Amino acid sequence: MAKKPQQRSECCADENLSAARASQHGISLQASMPQPIQDEVCCGAPPQPPGSPYERPGYALLPFVDDFMDTPVGPVPRVKTDLDLKDHVGTIAVRWAINRKNYKIAPGLYAVGSPDQNAPVLVTANYKLTFDVLRRQIETLDVWILVLDTRGINVWCAAGKDLFSTAEVIHRVQLSGLEDVVRHRQLILPQLAATGVSAQEVKKGSGFKVIWGPIRAIDIKSFLENSLKADDSMRRVTFDFMERMAVVPVELSHLLKPTLWMLGGIFLLSGIDSNIFSLAAAWPRGLMATLAYAAGILAGAVIAPALLPWIPGRSFALKGSITGICCGIGIILIFHPKLQLWDSLAVMLCAATISSYLAMNFTGSTPFTSPSGVEKEMRKAIPLQALAGLMAVAAWIGSAFAY
Amino acid sequence: MDNFRYLPGVSTLKLNVDSCIGCGMCTIVCPHGVFALDNRKAKICDHDGCMECGACAKNCPTDAIMVTPGVGCASYIIQTWIKGKRPAAQCC
Repeated sequence: MAKKPQQRSECCADENLSAARASQHGISLQASMPQPIQDEVCCGAPPQPPGSPYERPGYALLPFVDDFMDTPVGPVPRVKTDLDLKDHVGTIAVRWAINRKNYKIAPGLYAVGSPDQNAPVLVTANYKLTFDVLRRQIETLDVWILVLDTRGINVWCAAGKDLFSTAEVIHRVQLSGLEDVVRHRQLILPQLAATGVSAQEVKKGSGFKVIWGPIRAIDIKSFLENSLKADDSMRRVTFDFMERMAVVPVELSHLLKPTLWMLGGIFLLSGIDSNIFSLAAAWPRGLMATLAYAAGILAGAVIAPALLPWIPGRSFALKGSITGICCGIGIILIFHPKLQLWDSLAVMLCAATISSYLAMNFTGSTPFTSPSGVEKEMRKAIPLQALAGLMAVAAWIGSAFAY
Repeated sequence: MDNFRYLPGVSTLKLNVDSCIGCGMCTIVCPHGVFALDNRKAKICDHDGCMECGACAKNCPTDAIMVTPGVGCASYIIQTWIKGKRPAAQCC
């Protein structure tokens, strides 16, 4: 019994807080909310505070929204600048390609801090990972964020696909009523959006001048403090070790389905012998071939990206074949009493082929490979990879007949 | 990005210096520092650093820059070989 009054006072404190917030926004909560009769609480804990006046039937309040601020174009959600557990879990999931295609937020105008009509407007993509990276870098700032509908795709890729486009910027500026919210006529866009957005066309179409902001969200604070000037390092993409490793899991997750087909093929090929097919041979030889395939994946999709700047050669297919051969040799050294000449050759060719192909595919995850260059290396590499793959199969089947 | 160099001599990037008005927009938007301003004209100072993203051409007010933009991604290029160049081909 001693606890009850205290709980009640907490609950009332909450109510007072909501009421205070609501009155800040010029809405009288008291008039519209009938107060419960506190003494007649009969079961359970005291009731939750009354709903916010910004609640709408059929809509759920997202956890990253703190509250709302009233503007000439209606209430604008004010977002938190720190990430909670759910945000972090979401980030880890999309890094493994889980829910990646649908990880997006509603486009439109958002507020951070208490922006006024002179506050800068940052434009970004509606991929939630992008939005999270941005908002955690702008705590203590008072800015508007204009989120475009880039179909849940990050800034650079969306710009390449013409989703983070001139037309979308103009459309979203008009739809959000931005010109009634701010007095100035400036938008700060991430530099990497320049692939899809023409600054002069945006100016013509919306009256807003595009200022090219830094590439990385982490530089936005100093960009704003430095009167919208970015130094050279803010304007250059990087691809350091952590950035390379961040894109590895997505590449690996793309391999799940092809791997199932590969395993089927591996066990079929491994069972071929002088009796046409033998299950007794398929199992141990299939395991060895699977190991060679796994070594190829490790070499091409993990080791090659990790050691990218230090592996000799410019062509990714070449870098991948080098790491693949090294991993193949590693397996041969570990299992050499069991592996004969032809087996060993097959293991090495398999690891090299898979690794070369996967490293070549890693070009799509890098920020520096030109399409002309990728096409050039592919025209040379794919016939060689096909040849090496066929030789691996031939050596593997041949080894079953050789001894 | 100095320790990341891709195949040399392949980029389709071209600059028509006569049309250049020296606004410097290309030096701002290029993520690889391919352009520099020299005597109120843009110049290509690192042609092999170009990844053909197309940002410079898109933002050049006098269309002095030409490049065939695209995504340097093997799986995308394989799809365009098989299906032909169309927006349905997806990469990243």
